[in-house]
Amino acid sequence: MMEKKNDLLEVLQKATGALIGILSLALILSLGAAYLFFFYKPSPKPILAKQETATPVAKVEAVAPNAENGTVDEETGFIIDTGWELAKANCTNCHAATLVTQNRATREGWEGMIRWMQRTQKLWDLGENEAAILDYLAKNYAPENKGRRPNLTDVEWYELEGTK
Amino acid sequence: MNTRRSFLKKSFLGSQALVWGVPVVYGSVAPEKYPFVGKWLADPEMLPGKNAGLKVLGERPWNIETPPHLLDDKVTPADKMFVRNNGLMPEAIDVANWSLTINGESAKTTKSYSIAELKSKFKTYTYQLTIECGGNGRAEFNPPAKGNQWEVGAVSCAKWTGVRLKDILMDVGIKDDAVYIGYYGKDVHLSKDPKKVVISRGVPISKALEDETLVAWAMNGEDIPLANGHPLRLVMGGWPGSVSGKWLSTIAVRNVVHDGEKMGGDSYRVPCEAVAPGEVVPDENMCIIEGMPVKSIISYPKTGALIKVGQTLPVRGHAWAGDKSVKEVHVSADFGATWQKADLEGPANRLAWQHFSAELELPATGYYEIWAKATDSDGKSQPMVVPGWNPKGYLNNACHRIAVKVR
Ligand code: HEC
Repeated sequence: MMEKKNDLLEVLQKATGALIGILSLALILSLGAAYLFFFYKPSPKPILAKQETATPVAKVEAVAPNAENGTVDEETGFIIDTGWELAKANCTNCHAATLVTQNRATREGWEGMIRWMQRTQKLWDLGENEAAILDYLAKNYAPENKGRRPNLTDVEWYELEGTK
Repeated sequence: MNTRRSFLKKSFLGSQALVWGVPVVYGSVAPEKYPFVGKWLADPEMLPGKNAGLKVLGERPWNIETPPHLLDDKVTPADKMFVRNNGLMPEAIDVANWSLTINGESAKTTKSYSIAELKSKFKTYTYQLTIECGGNGRAEFNPPAKGNQWEVGAVSCAKWTGVRLKDILMDVGIKDDAVYIGYYGKDVHLSKDPKKVVISRGVPISKALEDETLVAWAMNGEDIPLANGHPLRLVMGGWPGSVSGKWLSTIAVRNVVHDGEKMGGDSYRVPCEAVAPGEVVPDENMCIIEGMPVKSIISYPKTGALIKVGQTLPVRGHAWAGDKSVKEVHVSADFGATWQKADLEGPANRLAWQHFSAELELPATGYYEIWAKATDSDGKSQPMVVPGWNPKGYLNNACHRIAVKVR
C-alpha cells in the first residue's frame, strides 16, 4: 500500500498537467463511493442467494438409491443412516468428506466444530437441518475410548530380508 | 494436474443439485475423484510428484502423511514430504512476477522484492530443517481431538535454500517496538471467498531473526513442490509447520503478537496450564505453541518384520527436538523394561534431525514391539504414553514403536 502511494506521488510530481484529470476522476470515484455507502444494501447472504437461484434441479447420479443403513456412500464414505444426505449436502461443499469422517466426537463436540466453522470458516446457518445432522454425526461418528495408548493394529507381516 | 483441475471445475458446475430432495445450498457436493477414506496416493494423477505410498487424509484440502518406513532417507526427498494444506493451492503461479512484500506497523518502510531480486541482493544459504505438523500424532489422543487425524508421518527434514529473513528485515529496517512477524500466502479459502485469509501465522521476532530462518525458493536443490509452497516459502525448523508459510507473498512486522487467521482460539495453541483429558479450556487459558518437543521415529524396518531366532535386528531412524538438539536415543524390545543406547549422529546443522541406529538381539521367539525414545539437550525424554491432552491434539511426542515377530 505504502509503495503504491509513493508511486502515485511521483506521478503527480512529474506530470502536474495530469493533476486536474486525476482530481476529477477522484471526484467521480468518491461520488460513486458515497452513493454505494448511502444507498447500497447488501443482501445478507449474497452468494447463497445467487447460487440458490442459479441451481438447476437435478439428481446426483452417484447416490445409490437403495443404499442400506450401515453401508457407506461410495462417493463420500459417509455411513448410510438417517440424516446422511443432509451431511453430504452441507458438509462436503468446502472440504472432502474425509475431514468429517476421520473425526469422532460427542454431540456437543460436533456442535462445537460446527459453531467454530460458522464463526470463522463461513459455514452457513444449518437451520432446521442442524439437529438432524448433529444426531447423525453423534451416532455414527461417536468417540470410542482409546485408552492412553492403543495396541498396534493393521500390521502387515513380511519376511525381513538381509538380516544377519 | 490439468486434468484434475478441469475435472474439479466440471464437477463444481455440474453438481449444483439435489441430493435426495435436499437442496444443495452453496458450492458443490463435489463428487470426489478418488472416493474416500484411508487411501494411498496410488494414482499418480492425484498429486503429481508425490510417492504412491503416502497416505491421504483428505484431498480437499490436500492432507497427506508419510508412513514412517518411507521416511528412511536422511534428507527427505520431495516425493516423500507430507502435505498439510489449510486451503486450496494457488493456480497459475507466475514465478517471474511473484513478489514478497515486507510491511507492518513495525517495518520502517514497505518494500517488495521479486524472487530474482531476493536471489541477487542477499546471500544464499542452505539448511536442512525439520518441519513437523503441530498436530502430528493427533490420532492417538483420547478423547479424540479435532482435525486431521495424523499418525506419525507428518514430519520431514529436507534441505532448504533461500535467503535469511533477517537479511531482508535489515534491508527494510525494523522499529524497536517489533515483537512478532506474521506471514500471508496465496492459498485460497475452502469457501472460495477470495477475501478470506486461509492461514496467517507467525513467530516472535527473535525466532524470525535466527540464522536458520529462511525465505526459500528451493528444496533439495530443486523448485519447492507446489503442495509444499512453490515458488516461495518461509521456512523455520523446529516449530509447528504452520509457521513456515507457503506460497509466501507478505511478511508483516508487528508491534503486537500477530493476530492473523489461526493464531487464536484452539488453533496451534495448547492449555497454558495442563488440563484433564476432555476439559473445556477457555480462550484466555490457551497459549501459542513455540518449539516442538523431542521426538523420534523408527524408519527401518517397516512395522511387521518377521525374523528368525538368532538373527540380529537392525533398527534405525531420526530424532529431533524443536529448538534444541537430541542428546541420546534409546531403544527397547521389552516395552521399556530395559533400554539400549543407540548410536546417534550429530545434526547436519542446527534444527536438522539426527540419525540413530542400533542392533537388537531378540532372545526368544514371539511378539515384540521395538520402541524408540529420544532425550533432548535439556535432559527431557519422550513419554511412552500420550502426553498432555489438549483440544486440538497437538504435541503428541509419545515414543514411536513397531511390531516384530521372531520365529
Ligand atoms: C463453508 C465451508 C465449510 C463447510 C460447508 C463445512 N466446513 Fe468443515 N471446515 C471448513 C474449514 C475451512 C475447515 C478447516 C480446514 C483445515 O484446517 O484444513 C473445516 C474443518 C472441519 C473439521 C476439522 C475441525 C478442526 O478443528 O480442524 C471438521 C470435523 C469439519 N470441518 C466438519 C464439517 C461438518 C460436519 C460440516 C457440515 C455440517 C462441515 N464441516 C461443513 C469449512 C467448511
